Amino acid sequence: MSLFVEISYRFSGFQVDVKFDAPTGVTAVFGPSGAGKSTIVNAVGGLLTPDAGRISLSGRVILDTQAGVNVPPHRRRVGYVFQDARLFPHLSVRNNLLFGQRFAPRTSRIATLSDVVDLLGIEPLLERRTLALSGGEKQRVAIGRALLAAPEILLLDEPLASLDEARKAEVLPYLERLSAEARIPMLYVSHARHEVQRLAQTVVEIEAGRVIRQGPVEGFAHERGMGAERLTLPPGAMGVGSAGLSFDATDVILAAPGTLSGAAYQVEARVLSVEVSGEVVLVRLAVGTTEIVLPQPAAALANAGLDQPGPVSLLLAAAEVSAPAEPD
Amino acid sequence: MEWLTAQEWMAVRLSLKVAFWATLVSLPAGIFIAYLLARKEFYGKQLLNGLVHLPLILPPVVTGYALLVIFGRRGLIGGFLEETFGLVLAFRWTGAVLAGAIMAFPLMVRAIRLSFEAVDPRLEEAAGTLGANPLFVFFTVTLPLAWPGVLAGAILAFAKAMGEFGATITFVSNIPGQTQTLPSAIYAFLQIPGAETSAIRLVVLSVVVAMAALFGSEYLSYRARRKTMGR
Repeated sequence: MSLFVEISYRFSGFQVDVKFDAPTGVTAVFGPSGAGKSTIVNAVGGLLTPDAGRISLSGRVILDTQAGVNVPPHRRRVGYVFQDARLFPHLSVRNNLLFGQRFAPRTSRIATLSDVVDLLGIEPLLERRTLALSGGEKQRVAIGRALLAAPEILLLDEPLASLDEARKAEVLPYLERLSAEARIPMLYVSHARHEVQRLAQTVVEIEAGRVIRQGPVEGFAHERGMGAERLTLPPGAMGVGSAGLSFDATDVILAAPGTLSGAAYQVEARVLSVEVSGEVVLVRLAVGTTEIVLPQPAAALANAGLDQPGPVSLLLAAAEVSAPAEPD
Repeated sequence: MEWLTAQEWMAVRLSLKVAFWATLVSLPAGIFIAYLLARKEFYGKQLLNGLVHLPLILPPVVTGYALLVIFGRRGLIGGFLEETFGLVLAFRWTGAVLAGAIMAFPLMVRAIRLSFEAVDPRLEEAAGTLGANPLFVFFTVTLPLAWPGVLAGAILAFAKAMGEFGATITFVSNIPGQTQTLPSAIYAFLQIPGAETSAIRLVVLSVVVAMAALFGSEYLSYRARRKTMGR
């Protein structure tokens, strides 16, 4: 099972020209907003027709502008999870889930209603109307609905982007289970690096309508200096050890001071100030005599009562930490 | 019936019958054309829109005369209908149905078109990606979401057809018991000295029917908005 995409599409002065292969597993289409990511998934889903190109799914051609092939969306067998869920407001959750099942050939069904309900934890929602669901619940139902239509590939277009941090944290584990358990390839569109790192095996990086890099996810975060900021703590502060520590700013978990965590590294520090910046909070910390700034999800911080100055513990897993590089 | 005379009651019953059939017969066409106008781009769209609205703008007597020319017994379509199906429209209650349907059509199409335009096309896209062909999408997503608006349009058309006068009297005349609808009866009573009380009773009845239809249609439009708002 694999997807091949080669398209070129021009709209309002912007040109998208991409070519890539997506093997089995989760392939992330990663890039900043406006890079052309949605154009790519919409072309795969058949919601827009590129000026030229070829798209095939496990060898089945669903678009070939030269040969005049353009399979309409309802015959592409492409499951689409939209950023805004797009549940049917006149149907219950159950009937939303079952909407596409009647079109799926019996032999190609990949999941039953109860599989999907278990996978996504939506049993209590089944008889509800969709208008009353939270954003995270809507997205889980939308994923289930797409799976029950027995697609040959699942397209997820920024499924977390319209959710707040707490809802993201709620949905992300389900996506991880999905990527581990579903037996179909997935194209996961995102501009969030950490989502890509958690979910994808392959990354296709898009910038200004072009593929600038494609390959396995390993090493993805630290390339091109675009990854999370690398922080260094010199030896001396409590818990740092004699060699000092070096780690990614996003790998730190903040916990109440003196927490018995079992983490490989536990560094005691003080919160100096907290500054809200969009969905994240920038926490300025003093570790011994060193000051560092850590981005943290706002919700997580408030839950732990750490959104004001005071003592705090930094928790780090062994795998995320290295000794600081020697200064040049 | 104590409070209406036999002739008045006959006119009311005929008007209800005419309006019912006019609404029922024109509803499928109204839904189809409203959908075309709301969702499709095609050559001649503005012409179609103009044709649909023509009866709203033209003097009703012109519409009635045109019906007589086209659907009269010697008219192009009227002659064909009589020969093939034995169906006569001119000067029959069936002709009143046609006149009412044509005159009410613009109102019906406008209301239904608005309700189709309020349906989020992204939901139709989503249904397509789930495997539903366009016809299935229409009947399971678009139409159910637009349904309150469709009903509102039907109610408006019913009220309009019930009150249609100019085209009706031109096309089917004003024959008591056969083609004398409620407004035709009011007109007739106004011509007879001393029949004003009959006219007034029917006038009050007309106002009640019209107001009920407007309230019903407004309420359904409100429901339609609420239904399609949450996405």
